[in-house]
Amino acid sequence: MKPLLTVNDVTIRFPAANRLAARLSGQPRFIEAVAGVSFALEAGKTYALVGESGSGKTTLARAIVGLVPTHGGRIEFNGERISGLSENRLRRVRREIAMIFQDPLGSLSPRLKVRSTLAEPFTVHGETAGIERKIIALLEDVGLPAHFAERYPHQLSGGQARRVAVARALALRPKLVIADEPTAGLDVSIQGEVLNLLRDLQAKFGTTFLMISHNLNVVRHVADRMAVMYLGRIVEEGNTAAIFAAPRHRYTRALLSANLKPDPDHSAPLIEVEGETPSLLKRPSGCEFHPRCIFSLAVCKQQAPKEQIDAGHRFSCHNPG
Amino acid sequence: MAEPEGLLDIDNLSVSFRTPRGDLQALRNVSLKMGKGEIVGVIGESGCGKSTLINSIIGLLPANTCALSGHIRFAGEDIVGMADRDLRRLRGERITTIFQDPMTALNPVLSIGTQMTAIQYRRNSSPREKQRRTVEFLEKVRMPDAEKRLGQYPHQFSGGMRQRICIAMALLTEPDLLIADEPTTALDATLEVQVIRLLRELQRDIGCSVLFISHHLGAVAELCERVAIMYAGEVVEQGSVRDIFRDPRHPYTRKLLECDPGRILELRAVMPTIGGDLPDLVHIPKGCIFRERCPDRFERCSERPPVETIRAGHRAACHKARELANP
Repeated sequence: MKPLLTVNDVTIRFPAANRLAARLSGQPRFIEAVAGVSFALEAGKTYALVGESGSGKTTLARAIVGLVPTHGGRIEFNGERISGLSENRLRRVRREIAMIFQDPLGSLSPRLKVRSTLAEPFTVHGETAGIERKIIALLEDVGLPAHFAERYPHQLSGGQARRVAVARALALRPKLVIADEPTAGLDVSIQGEVLNLLRDLQAKFGTTFLMISHNLNVVRHVADRMAVMYLGRIVEEGNTAAIFAAPRHRYTRALLSANLKPDPDHSAPLIEVEGETPSLLKRPSGCEFHPRCIFSLAVCKQQAPKEQIDAGHRFSCHNPG
Repeated sequence: MAEPEGLLDIDNLSVSFRTPRGDLQALRNVSLKMGKGEIVGVIGESGCGKSTLINSIIGLLPANTCALSGHIRFAGEDIVGMADRDLRRLRGERITTIFQDPMTALNPVLSIGTQMTAIQYRRNSSPREKQRRTVEFLEKVRMPDAEKRLGQYPHQFSGGMRQRICIAMALLTEPDLLIADEPTTALDATLEVQVIRLLRELQRDIGCSVLFISHHLGAVAELCERVAIMYAGEVVEQGSVRDIFRDPRHPYTRKLLECDPGRILELRAVMPTIGGDLPDLVHIPKGCIFRERCPDRFERCSERPPVETIRAGHRAACHKARELANP
């Protein structure tokens, strides 16, 4: 089956904060927030990008919707190149790709009623016929009563704001929805509601989801495939169940073991990572995870590991588990 | 489970706020005891009254507080009704706090060395001695090159390091009670584990009690000995972490544990949820506060449930608490 979205060797750069100082000190003038990332998304499935702050997940997502320019590689949607398109041509593509932003309240205009927020996608794309009916139908899709159209964002709870954000993303029936941390900051009981809603909508409309999350417990339940990112690279990629059952990259293992179990008899994780993620301006040599890895070998310091593929499960590690 | 020698005894605490719609009863009859050197967790979702509880303990309730009753005995003294003067003696000295967002807790225009020396104003020691102590505590929280970094400002540190600075500051006075309000919520998983380990080590080292507020069940299970579950302004269940996680007796606790994806081992298409909404705390419904959303409700729930003692230290406010045992 042809993938809906392919990301092929994509690199995204930002200028370093102080370019003159960087030039004088011999540091790179750019940081590579995303460095040569490739993956493919199958239609109708859920794919998760996992990683800690600064790993490049959100930047990559923003590049897919065309909010951030790419500096190398190619993004294809439905067999058509979408990276490097002009604003004008992107508009047509943006109908098909919607984004649910991380902060639901912050991504809703405080001065617009829910009605106006939901009307906007239709007016932008000139589909104003029957707009009132469409807005009510959208609210119904996400399980909100019709009178919520008259509310302002500050009159919504966290869960309700998230539902409105989902409704807005779904307005034009996009093929792909990118959900950036859709459950972050929600209470567990409401987390489940939002995840169930996304799953119902996927079943109903066949929507493909690219989900960004650092909540591994959620990813395990909802994603078919996943990629683990570290310092802007994918270090491991594959079937979610396979990765949870047998993670190969040491960073993935550390990440999984740092996922605290809500069980008093399951005490402290065994594998640890020391310290914090290094700066993108000072990428470590060799395998970029080696300074924090307790399994690192001499070779890890000198040579970047080659990607290995084992039955659709990719990972880049010299000393895999 | 025996409760150790008391440090904090919250006894029948009720707090209400004046709002345009009427009086909002944010806390109702909350009782919670903490022993010396004990780590107690408080779990609850948004709107359960966690923040009001903390603000009551540190005597910083907002101006629209219209009713405050009950007692908060801290080392024998009652914080409820205490003069501001006396409160200031406790707050920031014997009771210290760390918050969720370390960036807003630190002053962005002062170097961390200046801030950490300034908060030692109560100590009768020389500036040099205060600086030495600052470095000592930064080293305790494993800040590399602590001495060299004293001149740096909060924005020059990563999120994890900032939270370590906040922890160092909160422990500088060697408090009796450290209140940690969601201290790991803003941190990545690998850092969360590091910070929790650090908190436990330092707690042993300094011997303080820790009140750990969190909605992350995993973090509470890892760090705490006892836990209280709050819902809509009431403590609905409390006990040892093991009893609560293994044999929860209040339906809300049971639902909350059931909803945590970390406890669902087999893959599920549909995630469990708690239907319905929080009750309106301006018009408190009669009977059990959880009744509207409770899967186990029956006629008697229209009466206020008694607090049943399941076993030593394990109490649940539910008519069915004795029946709802795990097989």
